[in-house]
Amino acid sequence: MLEVALFVPCYVDQLYPAIAVATVELLERFGVKVHYPERQTCCGQPMANSGFFDDAVPLVRRMADVFAPYEHVVCPSGSCTSMVRNHTEALVPGDDGVLALRKKTFELCEFLHDVVKVRPEGRFPHRVGLHQSCHGLRGLRLGSGSERLVSPSNKVRALIEGLDGLQLLELARPDDCCGFGGTFAVAEEALSCAMGRDRIADHERAGAEVITGTDISCLMHMDGLLRRERKPQRVLHVAELLAEATA
Amino acid sequence: MSAFSENAQAFIADGPRLAWHDKAIWFVRQKRDTARAAVPEWEELRATASQIKAHTLSRLAGYLEQFEANAIELGAVVHWARDADEHNRIVHEILRERGVKRLVKSKSMLTEECHLNPYLEERGIEVVDTDLGERIVQFRHEPPSHIVMPAIHLKKEEIGDLFHEKLGTPQGLADPKALTEAARQHLREKFLAADAGLTGVNFAIAETGGIVVCTNEGNADLGTSLPPLHIACMGIEKIVPGTRELAVFLRLLARSATGQPITTYTSHFHGPRPAGELHVVIVDRGRSKILGRNEFRASLKCSRCGACLNTCPVYRRSGGHSYGVTVPGPIGSTLAPHADAAKYAGLPFASTLCGSCSDVCPVHVDLHHQLLAWRGELARQGLVPLGKRIVSRVGAFVLARSWLYQIAGKLVRWVVPLLPARLLRANAWGRQRDLPPMPRESFSEIWRKRGRS
Repeated sequence: MLEVALFVPCYVDQLYPAIAVATVELLERFGVKVHYPERQTCCGQPMANSGFFDDAVPLVRRMADVFAPYEHVVCPSGSCTSMVRNHTEALVPGDDGVLALRKKTFELCEFLHDVVKVRPEGRFPHRVGLHQSCHGLRGLRLGSGSERLVSPSNKVRALIEGLDGLQLLELARPDDCCGFGGTFAVAEEALSCAMGRDRIADHERAGAEVITGTDISCLMHMDGLLRRERKPQRVLHVAELLAEATA
Repeated sequence: MSAFSENAQAFIADGPRLAWHDKAIWFVRQKRDTARAAVPEWEELRATASQIKAHTLSRLAGYLEQFEANAIELGAVVHWARDADEHNRIVHEILRERGVKRLVKSKSMLTEECHLNPYLEERGIEVVDTDLGERIVQFRHEPPSHIVMPAIHLKKEEIGDLFHEKLGTPQGLADPKALTEAARQHLREKFLAADAGLTGVNFAIAETGGIVVCTNEGNADLGTSLPPLHIACMGIEKIVPGTRELAVFLRLLARSATGQPITTYTSHFHGPRPAGELHVVIVDRGRSKILGRNEFRASLKCSRCGACLNTCPVYRRSGGHSYGVTVPGPIGSTLAPHADAAKYAGLPFASTLCGSCSDVCPVHVDLHHQLLAWRGELARQGLVPLGKRIVSRVGAFVLARSWLYQIAGKLVRWVVPLLPARLLRANAWGRQRDLPPMPRESFSEIWRKRGRS
């Protein structure tokens, strides 16, 4: 039996616990035993992305320590997974614990697709727009992306497109950034909101009822705009979508 | 708020123009995608180009000297300039010695960097930019807003008004074809009257001593064929080892820049034309400093195609002038702080680190990693606002202690729902966005209960 440690990003733990609950449900449904090391806090990405590498270092070391006993670490966020996999080596070079953490940490869809190798079956009778968060798409290569000339592939799409009744919509700009960008969302408020509105408009034109994706940070930003403007579309993390569909 | 933020905010305030600008530039990105799709070995070409550049940069001095020797052999005069001042002095000296009063230029971002035009104008030399877009921004006394499409920020109606004023075209004329024809007639006179022509350099070939200039309007050819004197200005990173390597870049450049298979004119200059003079000015201007910095060296691979600008969601929505520097967009944001880290400290933060720039770059410059590296460098130098520093410190202190983190999280979830809506809407998040509803329990709390049940 596969056993994993769940890495719940701090903002998911505090603001979107339902996503972590859905992640546990989903993993258990596919026969994975889930552990949750309660000492975990944050991977240090907010500090690192702001340039305060020194502040991030102890958090990275802490992560490596907290997750040391486990074989796999699974996280319902492409961005936090990308932080662990792509940016911790530069912060704590040559550390065996950090190296081990980098190698065993997976984003949820990536883990289901590549390691558990599942093809979820279920029903989700809605028109769905897939928001491809940048760090998952380009940092983890969850999909092929529109810039490079490689054969088209998409792990998130592969997991949801077979669900009964789910209509996956084609977007005019399938992987333009939504403008969340961590502290960018507040430091560059005007740009961030302009980018978010453009993304939403693309989903609207395609006829989306639900906007889904691997990162609730991006979705929270778009949801904030949607709710302020009283628009009918709702955002749903892909873990929740899959948990609901396969229930 | 950084200067960039203020400029971008002003740019965004004009909603219709914002949408138009974003669409116009995205259209070029799409043209690039189409052109690239016609080259099955595209990714192999990119990797090859990147390796050629890495190799060339690792032996830069040798290749530059080889180029110099071969260029001299062909009859060119080669000059070396340490910085913008020296570059401008050298160009002026060449012109002054020959009594040049009128200079025609084809597009050169390097001379923009060096602010050559005002330098020469102050010394009584008429300088005419002959690239259509460059001429338009020159008429308006403003810098280019894009390194390949200098006047992309202007609508055709605005250019119609400008040409009405400057060239006497009929009022209200906004037909691009007619406006281009008017510019063509105007520039033809300037070409005929010029005493010297100045061009940039897209590639300098070490093996042959020749230089290559890529244009779409043929203006480099006119500017160097009519007057007897040709000055070509290049940064030290423009060197390629030989013609075989050149071929790789010629396949990538125009496809990445504008989605054309190749620029309309690819002009090769091997020595001066008969009875003419060719001067090549090789400029450092901070480039060797970048060469010495491991994490930033790759930015010298850049061939100034502009693909990273076109794909950048921030550039498309802020406009080139918001950056306040000659080369805007992701590549500009990593180059500018080398010259003045304090002045350009806002630029590496003008990005969501989405990474699209690194994936379109035809020479694999790791642009978004460089922007992140700059953030670290700026923080180290104390050039990030104190408020941000404090937030980061406090955040790191709390997050290093799970009990404190849980208490802080609980406090936020308890307090936020009690705050008046007015207050929640008075900050950078809340002015335009709602906060999510605060859950009663964190996942950690839910998990603990589950363990007990």
